[in-house]
Amino acid sequence: MSRYEEMFLRLKQRNEGAFGAFLMLGDPDVATSAMLLDALVEGGADMVEVGIPFSDPVADGPVIQAAAERALAAGVRVDDCFGLIAQFRAKHPAVPVGILTYANLLAARGRERFMSDAAAAGADSILVADVPSLEAQPYAAAARAAELDYVMIAAPNTPEPVIRRIAELSSGYTYCVARAGVTGTRDRLALDHDRLFALLREAEAPPPVLGFGISLAEQVAEALESGAAGVIAGSALVRLGADADALRELVSAMKGATALPGSVRESHGHLA
Amino acid sequence: MKHDGRFGRYGGCYVPEILVPALEQLEAAFLEAEQDPRFAAELQELLTTYAGRPTPLTRCRNLAASTPARIYLKREDLLHGGAHKTNQVLAQGLLAKRMGKRRLIAETGAGQHGVATALAGALFGLETEIYMGADDVERQQLNVFRMELMGARVIPVTGGGRTLKDAVNEALRDWTASFPDTHYLLGTAAGPHPFPTMVRQFQRVIGREAREQVLEVEGRLPEAVVACVGGGSNAIGMFSDFVPDEGVALIGVEAAGKGLDGHEHGATILRGSHGILHGTETLVLQDSDGQVADSWSISAGLDYPAVGPEHAHLKETGRATYVGVEDGDALAAFQALAQTEGIIPAFESAHALAHALELAERADEEMVIVVNLSGRGDKDMAQAVKLLKGAEA
Ligand SMILES: Cc1ncc(COP(=O)(O)O)c(C=O)c1O
Repeated sequence: MSRYEEMFLRLKQRNEGAFGAFLMLGDPDVATSAMLLDALVEGGADMVEVGIPFSDPVADGPVIQAAAERALAAGVRVDDCFGLIAQFRAKHPAVPVGILTYANLLAARGRERFMSDAAAAGADSILVADVPSLEAQPYAAAARAAELDYVMIAAPNTPEPVIRRIAELSSGYTYCVARAGVTGTRDRLALDHDRLFALLREAEAPPPVLGFGISLAEQVAEALESGAAGVIAGSALVRLGADADALRELVSAMKGATALPGSVRESHGHLA
Repeated sequence: MKHDGRFGRYGGCYVPEILVPALEQLEAAFLEAEQDPRFAAELQELLTTYAGRPTPLTRCRNLAASTPARIYLKREDLLHGGAHKTNQVLAQGLLAKRMGKRRLIAETGAGQHGVATALAGALFGLETEIYMGADDVERQQLNVFRMELMGARVIPVTGGGRTLKDAVNEALRDWTASFPDTHYLLGTAAGPHPFPTMVRQFQRVIGREAREQVLEVEGRLPEAVVACVGGGSNAIGMFSDFVPDEGVALIGVEAAGKGLDGHEHGATILRGSHGILHGTETLVLQDSDGQVADSWSISAGLDYPAVGPEHAHLKETGRATYVGVEDGDALAAFQALAQTEGIIPAFESAHALAHALELAERADEEMVIVVNLSGRGDKDMAQAVKLLKGAEA
């Protein structure tokens, strides 16, 4: 069983949704980044998503762009990022780690080699933000060969044939975006996901995890209520900078909101 | 998508999934327009009565007169707007109207494509916003004013290196959220499918006219066709109709900047490596990790760290060859054309001309060379004053 499958099973038994926390590797430098990744787990994150910084991140809003710029300005290399993942893996053997990055970094290293290096470091999945389903086949095949889950993005405007292709090519989870646009925090989520989640279920796609715009505990609960198996918060965490205490606290508050009706957490009054 | 937008192993459509429906709509509209005689008629009318096509083919009377070569200039500098860019902004503007969009966005480096897009926005009554690197906004106040005069809003981009590639990133980000009512009027034959194909089709009028014109005056095809390559639009527009003419050498000229041995150049085909940038698989100036490098050229239009995928393919198949011209040689050609022919070319076009001059000087028998004079030099005056007067002082 993969780490994602184990995690979803574990959470199901506890009647909770998954909380995924995103940070940019190497932001603001390698040592601080390692400490911040630990803080995510200490705060209660079920899964950790890590960006490998790229100079031209077209799918990212200003907060995550700035994080990538800080990491690159600190001289962070792709090898450093794999090193951070390996370090994390050694300390947290059960927590799934997913890589989010861009196609050019794979092109430069060689797609197959990038995937096998990522797997060897201990990553569980990879999502390449600028590879749509149209171009995904060779990426999914390379991921499978390296025994990585290949994660793809679905949005409320994603047509049905694409959903079926996502179901066919991807594994681990389905990264569902809360709305059109780039990463970043939003005051309000446009939760028009009934159709999307129904299509994904019907196509037997991997479990939907909702990202892009989650910044408040209430939004976590709302997203899970709408049918997501989990949520991912990114910009809301990245903008806390190197403040590990604040990070732990926000992760903990958001994780606290993942209890589903009737769960132990809820009856113990964890929800604020 | 109907087509995969591949040129051999280059091209394709590398954008976030959310943006794919926008490119599918654009491809459909483009394919439909290509078949629609009304679209062709409307565009033709604009190109003749508004933009001034056909542009002349001018034989240089004095330049290279001491060589056995005859150099012809395809005068895109005489097109309304001052460069070849007008050909394709008119066509994309018409497409945007057909798709029912109410807003245009575009990227610009020094402002040439921004000015062209602003012109189309004014003509077609579309709200227009131009992304421009914050450093470029500072350096190019006059073009910023031109865009504003035509009703466009210029948005300075402060992220990344604050230049052209960052402006493209920001336009793509905008489009990801805005495509239901907004068309991204990309400025060159690069980017995700269908842009490289579409921009080529809208620019190939250059080569079609030039081929007829040179046949008319010379009674034969030229030995060589030369064009500068930034993103690749004027060159692909010039080359396309000559591709089947195997005896015609197609030569793309890249900015060798301060020299190909260093890092200050824009010679993506000569010095780049395989990569994926701004939606397309192509050659990219980058480090060994795949972080995209900053390019350099005295001409802003050639200062781009990637290149249209069809050029990467033409290079690989050997049908076209690519050379580099350094800043100094481009500047010398710029002066030479002004002094001998009374024509002030754009710095970009001066790169192509510099290589044509080199071919002419090396020629030991009769040779016909057609150069795409992609634009006029008015936009480069401030910089020319600095470079030439500065050098005298
Ligand atoms: C006059 C002129 N020529 C050439 C170029 C280079 O672009 P492309 O390679 O797309 O023709 C530019 C771009 O701004 C330009 O203004």
